[in-house]
Amino acid sequence: MTMNMSDVPGKGSTPAFDAGVHEYRETYYDPGYTPRDTDILAAFRVTPQSGVAPEEAAAAVAGESSTGTWTTVWSDLLTNLDRYKARCYQVESVEGQPDQLMAYIAYPLDLFEEGSVVNMMSSIVGNVFGFKALRALRLEDLRIPVAYLKTFPGPPHGIQVERDKLNKHGRPLLGGTIKPKLGLSARNYGRAVYECLRGGLDFTKDDENINSQPFMRWRDRFLFTMEAVGKAETESGERKGHYLNVTAGTMEDIYQRAEFAKELGAPIIMSDFLTMGFTAHTSLSRWCRDNGMLLHCHRAFHAVIDRQKNHGIHWRVLAKWLRMAGGDHVHNGTVVGKLEGDREATMAINDLLREDFIPADKSRGIYFDQEWASLPAVLPAASGGIHVWHIPELVAIFGDDCVLQFGGGTQGHPQGNSAGAMANRVALEAVVQARNEGRDLIVEGPEILNAAARHSAELREALNLWREIKFEFDEVDRLDPVHAGS
Amino acid sequence: MKLETFSYLPPLSAQQVAQQIEYILKQGLVPAIEYVAEPNPRDHYWSMWKLPLFDVRAAAAVLTEIEACTTAHPDCYVRLIGYDRNRQSQTVSLVVRRPSLSP
Repeated sequence: MTMNMSDVPGKGSTPAFDAGVHEYRETYYDPGYTPRDTDILAAFRVTPQSGVAPEEAAAAVAGESSTGTWTTVWSDLLTNLDRYKARCYQVESVEGQPDQLMAYIAYPLDLFEEGSVVNMMSSIVGNVFGFKALRALRLEDLRIPVAYLKTFPGPPHGIQVERDKLNKHGRPLLGGTIKPKLGLSARNYGRAVYECLRGGLDFTKDDENINSQPFMRWRDRFLFTMEAVGKAETESGERKGHYLNVTAGTMEDIYQRAEFAKELGAPIIMSDFLTMGFTAHTSLSRWCRDNGMLLHCHRAFHAVIDRQKNHGIHWRVLAKWLRMAGGDHVHNGTVVGKLEGDREATMAINDLLREDFIPADKSRGIYFDQEWASLPAVLPAASGGIHVWHIPELVAIFGDDCVLQFGGGTQGHPQGNSAGAMANRVALEAVVQARNEGRDLIVEGPEILNAAARHSAELREALNLWREIKFEFDEVDRLDPVHAGS
Repeated sequence: MKLETFSYLPPLSAQQVAQQIEYILKQGLVPAIEYVAEPNPRDHYWSMWKLPLFDVRAAAAVLTEIEACTTAHPDCYVRLIGYDRNRQSQTVSLVVRRPSLSP
């Protein structure tokens, strides 16, 4: 990026060194500032300690996450901080939360290294979260400028290329996480995989904490599951895959496992991208693009970071970082199953993962327009406590571009995995057919499923088994109310 | 043998196929027809039955082409595709005819 020095405020007026402690707002609060197209914009939910003025708290966030420290130093005068400092350009109150405020902060692009999510994290969510003048701090959203996005490779393949490679069109994909999540031998695990795939699932999946434990070493698992994948593919006439989790303690182990998966002809591998860390994950994603391997991403650890409404990082920001660092699938809640996820917020994050342009809409938790500049799209995986009765609503909510990831909802079938998978697949296809015929899935869902069960004993049994199962707890993290005019 | 979308449902009637064609047209997709004698999950390129039907506006015309393709290639599988110009690929694909002795 080039910088026109005549744009820089304060040029030509070198002040004298004034040692001591100044209020942050003198330097970092600038309500007159108009953000540039190349600035990274952040929306922070700030809860100041009592007695700290809103503008001072907001300015402190800008200062502490960019050029500032608690006291002035003489070497501040050896650079032009106006070129590098972040600015809080807007402060808003939060409806119904008198102790909170929203601070909007603009960061000049020159503060960040190209192609490094890690560098963004170290700056924007680095030291500032422990700052004593704040009781709590939450990063709600980021606007990533196109100029910066163009330094990131993004997903190894993206949704459309995955569909083209695997020849799966016009419906959501079906996945199944093998249970019990820990403790099976490799050979028995492969059996569970084979039964799910031959029954009609497209993918099966290692769970997040399946790595290479004593009960099942990774190499044995890879061999048995790929035998299962190959056999199911030959029998069914459809492409199949198993997300081989290559997460490991070192990068050398990760690469070794990925290379072996490739050698066995696996179409897809898997990463626990948050526990692995963004540097490791980004390297793996680059390997996947170079080697034609699809990459499924599990978000284990996210709730530690994103669940509390007043502190941490919202999942929509982690999801954006994942799209930048690269991944072909990512778990994004179900709205209907056993795990947390406000419906509107989840839908908006689906848009952030799948669309090219997402307009700001605070009622959906989107604080900034986001343009992705043709970065490939990420397929959201809906996972956690879902079963056949959820399928009409899931298809209505997610549309075609998602993976419906079952676990107990396949393998808990009275006749086992194959029958469970067939029940899932029959239900899904009946629902997609009905949707294409213009029927209302929410209103007619049960009728559509019951009609499909007339030609599928497997579906009939699944519908009977899970008729009454619901997970209805209140969400911990709800969107703020947005009133007309705000 | 299963062949992807809708292969776990009973065979679609002519009227049900027509409804899927209507869906393709309503989405602004371009319908196309392909056929093959021996499907293989790793074979992306079935034979094209004419060019994609760029100018078709009514489901009946597509059904007529599916009939013509089936008559010309009675031992083949026939699939219906919807091309999406914006996604630069197909977003709908379903097998609408199987040979009478198919597994």
